[in-house]
Amino acid sequence: MTGILDRKDHYVEAFSQLESAVAENGPTWMQEIRHSAISRFTELGFPTTRDEAWRFTNVGPMATIPFRSATADRLNGGRFDTLEDVPFPALTACRLVFVNGRYAPELSRGQLPAGGTLGSLAALLQTQPDRLEPYLARQAPLERQAFTALNTAFFSDGAFVHLPQDVVLDHPIHLLFVSMGSGEPTVSYPRVLIIAEPNAKASIVESYVGLGEGVTLTNAVTEVVLGENARLDHYKLQRESRTAFHVATQQIHQHRNSALRSWSISLGGALVRNNLNVVLAAEGTECNLDGLYLVTGTQHVDNHTLVDHTRPHGSSREFYKGILDGKSRAVFNGTIVVRQGAQKTDARQTNRNLLLSDEGRVHTKPELQIFANDVKCKHGATIGKLSADALFYLRSRGIDLEAARGLLIHAFASEMIERIPVQSLKDGIAALVSAELLARQPGIGRS
Amino acid sequence: MLDIKNLHVTAGEKLVLRGINLRVNAGEVHAIMGPNGSGKSTLAHVLAGRDGAVVTEGEARLDGKDLLALLPEDRAGEGLFLAFQYPVEIPGISNTYFLKAALNALRKRRGLEEIDAMDFLSLIKERAKMVQIDQSLLNRPVNDGFSGGEKKRNEILQMAVLEPRLALLDETDSGLDIDALRVVAAGVNAMRTKDRAIVVITHYQRLLNYIVPDAVHVLMNGRIIRSGGKELALELEQNGYGGIEQTLTTAHTAGAP
Repeated sequence: MTGILDRKDHYVEAFSQLESAVAENGPTWMQEIRHSAISRFTELGFPTTRDEAWRFTNVGPMATIPFRSATADRLNGGRFDTLEDVPFPALTACRLVFVNGRYAPELSRGQLPAGGTLGSLAALLQTQPDRLEPYLARQAPLERQAFTALNTAFFSDGAFVHLPQDVVLDHPIHLLFVSMGSGEPTVSYPRVLIIAEPNAKASIVESYVGLGEGVTLTNAVTEVVLGENARLDHYKLQRESRTAFHVATQQIHQHRNSALRSWSISLGGALVRNNLNVVLAAEGTECNLDGLYLVTGTQHVDNHTLVDHTRPHGSSREFYKGILDGKSRAVFNGTIVVRQGAQKTDARQTNRNLLLSDEGRVHTKPELQIFANDVKCKHGATIGKLSADALFYLRSRGIDLEAARGLLIHAFASEMIERIPVQSLKDGIAALVSAELLARQPGIGRS
Repeated sequence: MLDIKNLHVTAGEKLVLRGINLRVNAGEVHAIMGPNGSGKSTLAHVLAGRDGAVVTEGEARLDGKDLLALLPEDRAGEGLFLAFQYPVEIPGISNTYFLKAALNALRKRRGLEEIDAMDFLSLIKERAKMVQIDQSLLNRPVNDGFSGGEKKRNEILQMAVLEPRLALLDETDSGLDIDALRVVAAGVNAMRTKDRAIVVITHYQRLLNYIVPDAVHVLMNGRIIRSGGKELALELEQNGYGGIEQTLTTAHTAGAP
């Protein structure tokens, strides 16, 4: 009991230190939100495995680490020589870079067409707080969400994307969050707010990478509001170091006839937890959630998704695939809620896991909560090994066992990657996944 | 080229092949015919190196090499090819990619460079035309969602691209309508050369109207009970497998002292 209190105290104490700094900058409404967030966290504490939503993901060991907020003086320009090699050379046209959660203008470039805004949340909180007030920290609920509460209390910066009505972006926006490891464990709190006004259309990539040695915790929160008939393709790509902890919450609110396509790809980290919550808040909304996770060694990845159908004629599709090796663990928990008024809902969910070792473990669980009577809901989950028939088929054509395994593992992953509509992203992600698979299992290659 | 001597194979507890003797020379086409459960497919699988069947006695050699000691991929490297009765669907790998990976794997074993991308494209285009496989099937995942006939033609396409020394066709005719059968047979006939051997495994005589064999063997209860020329297939067609068995029994009785 004392242990847990001490850990909480570490954060509460940090908050009181931060408060004096924040008080001078932030608008009053933001300060109030931060206060209620830290008191919410004080009530909640870190989740334990007794909490149903965290049953298979133990953050206990992580919570005992005395993470310090990464400070600005570590933003040493000389350390970014490697940044150009980081992700997607193709995606440099419009890019915001954040180092340990803070905007790095010297590494960022590009802007949106007239009327659109792409910039740092910290800057906007100072200059135009009124534009943020109706949205910021209004979407992501704090109840029972200790990590969201912590992010809300502590975030100092992040990305703001505002797409005006009818704007269609030709190129993806890339939000790149870099966790810089250093001697002591550091925590960063990336925050993203995306507002798409009616009929706007865009692709946005959030990628999380790690540079340097040391233990890092990324506690990220993304809030998205899709206006009527807006279309968003959202990619979240997690590939921090093997010593990284990563907890991310995406909260998406969809208005009438809007469409979301989401890809969540987790390739790195010691412990990764993704909470993806989509509220289909009006009629005729659609969401398509794709996910891919690769874990090996003692890595742990947990995807919790919640699709909340509140109004009629909503459609949701969910397709998550995972590849596990070593003693890794994967958790998939997909909740679909169909509320009383949400007739004619069409919801489908699939989770497929490829288990390459005997010691890997998968916990997969669909959770359907249906309160309407005229709905279609389907779900399915599989955990399997490589097909002996397929291996023999490939070998009978002269492909050796190792290469045949590699081909089939690739094939399993590429079924997801093929669904990505933007060629440059598809190629970029395919290359990252290939490199990751290759690093895990020499002999797997794609010529 | 292929030399099988006294081959005994068990699958589970059951003795499936009970002393197979077979010799196939380069340039020849042999048909192995037999009713369901006679051991035809087991023979094909054992030669290709499939798990699950155990050789308890005898040997199989390809150009003098002990086939049974090799891994499946090494058998392919020696020039063996099995056209599957039930081709496997592999979502996520395109047919073209698969063919290229297989061809390059075989070329590597023979000390050859990887095939040039343009040469490869023109090769598969030409071979696909031969077995009347639509270009769109080449870009689709291997056998994924193919019709029965498309799968079988795809097997023949693989054979045509990989150019094996010894091809085993395991019930390639099953499930084909007459038009598809003609296409498949034409593909196989185009592969007949003086240094290649082909073994056609089938239940029905029908295929042998189009692929005319040099020799026919009747496999029943794990043994080759009769061998003969192409006319043996016609005799089977008229009298059925029961008829052949009866003839043998009668011959036996008549010959007894």
